Amino acid sequence: MAAKETLTGAQALIRSLEQQQVEVIFGLPGGCILPAYDPLLESPIRHILVRHEQGAGHMAEGYAHVTGRPGVAMVTSGPAATNLVTPLCDAFMDSIPMVAITGQVPTAAIGTDAFQECDTVGITRSITKHNELVMSADDIPLAIRQAFHLASTGRPGPVLVDLPKDVLQNTMTWHWPSDDEVEDSLPGYKPNRKGHSRMIREAAQMILAAHRPVLYVGGGILKARAAEALRELAELVQIPVVTTLMARGAFPDDHPLCLGMPGMHGTATAVTAMQKSDLLVALGARFDDRVTGRVNGFAPEARIIHVDIDPAEQGKVRRPDVPIVGDCRLVIEELVAAIRDLLAGGTVQADLSAWRSRVSGWREQFPLTYEASAPGAALKPQYCLEQLRDAAPDGTILVAGVGQHQMWSSQYWRFTEPYTWVNSGGLGTMGFAVPAAIGAKVGRPNTTVWAVDGDGCFQMTAQELVTASLERIPVKIAILNNSYLGMVRQWQEMFYEERYSEVYLSTEVPDFVKMAEAMGCVGIRVEDPSEVAPAIDKANSIHDRPVVVDFRVDAGEKVFPMVAAGCTNDEIMLHPAQGARREFLR
Amino acid sequence: MSGVNPNAGHGNHQVLSVLVQNRPGVLARVASLFARRGYNIVSLAVAPTDRDDYSRISIVVDVESASIEQIVKQLFKLVEVVRIQELDPRRSVERELMMATVRASAEQRGQVIELVNIFEGKILAVGSEAVTVSLDGSPEKIDDFEELLRQYGIVESQRTGRVALPKLDRSARSTKGKAG
Ligand SMILES: Cc1ncc(C[n+]2csc(CCOP(=O)(O)OP(=O)(O)O)c2C)c(N)n1
Ligand SMILES: [Mg+2]
Repeated sequence: MAAKETLTGAQALIRSLEQQQVEVIFGLPGGCILPAYDPLLESPIRHILVRHEQGAGHMAEGYAHVTGRPGVAMVTSGPAATNLVTPLCDAFMDSIPMVAITGQVPTAAIGTDAFQECDTVGITRSITKHNELVMSADDIPLAIRQAFHLASTGRPGPVLVDLPKDVLQNTMTWHWPSDDEVEDSLPGYKPNRKGHSRMIREAAQMILAAHRPVLYVGGGILKARAAEALRELAELVQIPVVTTLMARGAFPDDHPLCLGMPGMHGTATAVTAMQKSDLLVALGARFDDRVTGRVNGFAPEARIIHVDIDPAEQGKVRRPDVPIVGDCRLVIEELVAAIRDLLAGGTVQADLSAWRSRVSGWREQFPLTYEASAPGAALKPQYCLEQLRDAAPDGTILVAGVGQHQMWSSQYWRFTEPYTWVNSGGLGTMGFAVPAAIGAKVGRPNTTVWAVDGDGCFQMTAQELVTASLERIPVKIAILNNSYLGMVRQWQEMFYEERYSEVYLSTEVPDFVKMAEAMGCVGIRVEDPSEVAPAIDKANSIHDRPVVVDFRVDAGEKVFPMVAAGCTNDEIMLHPAQGARREFLR
Repeated sequence: MSGVNPNAGHGNHQVLSVLVQNRPGVLARVASLFARRGYNIVSLAVAPTDRDDYSRISIVVDVESASIEQIVKQLFKLVEVVRIQELDPRRSVERELMMATVRASAEQRGQVIELVNIFEGKILAVGSEAVTVSLDGSPEKIDDFEELLRQYGIVESQRTGRVALPKLDRSARSTKGKAG
């Protein structure tokens, strides 16, 4: 037996993170977390010093999105912990594995309103999968092991570990808990991975019998690393696939069965196919209101098979006919086997040819469209995206902010691989893109990472480009600069009689090129369509520092199609150029 | 709790018996889940169990505010929740304790004591103008008792909220780990 080793809590923390194979921490030190930063000097773990703790959180998310491993953020108590609230909530909504480590005032000072004390576990209770205030140095290794276990298994999510300063300073006897110890310490935590076999057989029969089936694919497919299994299922039964905002890339956009994104700004084909279907196979999707539109008018004729690892998603919004609680990959693999069995046993799949021709009719009639800019007129954001997409090296990761530019990104990119799309879906966090892109680039250093950001979003977290420059993380940022909080402007134009209230930003200030340069990045401005491709080529050729391209785009451009809030998906608003073809949506 | 009996009838409430790890903050976690999801708690009782690492929380929930199925599933997502039993009032035994200080002059005292005896309650303290009594029993019995005491004037009263266990003749539904 190895000799007992005495460590400080801080040393135990860093060693625990090493044991968890953490390669990078995004963070910023301060009073209460100070002890943890000392042993970090001797650790092989890379630390990336952010300029704002919100940035650390979104970087950890971006890292987790592309690697599938929990991102780690470490910050001090009080204001630093509250600065983490937004990314924690973001990660919670989008089921992103993340471990947050926060300093806390010494145990004796807890409850006294000490300097930089705040009730971090109280504040973050409802936006974490779990959180814990550790009261003894001896408990640190188990708390860290639990945190990584909880963050990355079942339905993933953020876990926060709050560490009082004296707990970091006190000594403890090092002990790394075994798997059994972790399991025994969490008697109530047993995510169900394997689907119920009778339900799976029932689902298989239902799929083969359906006449208008759609595979409704959500972010859970990516969490379960089930993209391959999904493709096998889709191809086996030749059922069309829609990929939600969280699932873009889970099924290739260039696949003949892919209908693109459903929802508020989804393609008319994806929205209508779901709406008219007689069977929706929801795979790791949660019937979000941005997908369903008005719930009581959503897919009225569809029966529902719902596969999700979180039992609470079953029946939360729409009651499934066949609920299957389990890991999407395992369940889909069994579903494929069950379907093969049925087919081998002589079951004949319903004829889908009528459905297929209806779907391809919609596809022909309602491609995504925009009006190209007239010579000399303002640049179209969609054009910039098309150019960016066409020039992007294979495997490029696309990160988006929140707003019109996000919807255009999701619409106009052509995703062919999983884990190449990083965005804030559930919370819709402006300011997500720049730090998330940095985290993604840290996780995938050999892959090109483009962030498409809005001028509004960019100004929320742009300072992290200082971090990127100094840490040599060469991300590329395309600002689709329409001088407006464009998405809000669109709502005011359409639903508030063009009464624009507090949505104009500025065409002059800030000068994004100078701002980029001041932060150690290359800045490029693009105003004319002829400058688009050269600017993108230049940006793609820079590998030693971040690049910011300021695309000055048409402020009047709106995102179409659109299902307005409170409407059913039948009431989808088409691009004005396609309005006359509405009858084809039947 | 006011004079209105929120537990009247069996249709609108359900008792959840929630076994939790006995850890700091677990009650806050349960309470904040109810608040955040808009579920109403009618009453709540927490106590240690025979194992000192577990506590049992008995929650009477208003099933009009949300489906019991969603409440149970959301509760079960809390890492410290080990087991949940849904106790249908018709298939469980429920008990509650009430203490009340009732106005009782020397002349009325005998009547109050008689009432307490009929209900098999206890006299805990006697003052010159009031008595403090206690009663444990089914919530319905306590409702009746409280109603009868009211005519004398209740100075103060406190009910514990119900605790419950499944009836032995028919097994209660356990929802631990159940899919769907
Ligand atoms: C932190 C935060 N605040 C406010 C909003 C509401 N909101 C959604 S989109 C949007 C406008 C975003 O503007 P910009 O970044 O310029 O993008 P655009 O829509 O113009 O492409 C706003 C204010 C939000 N989603 N997040
Ligand atoms: Mg804008």
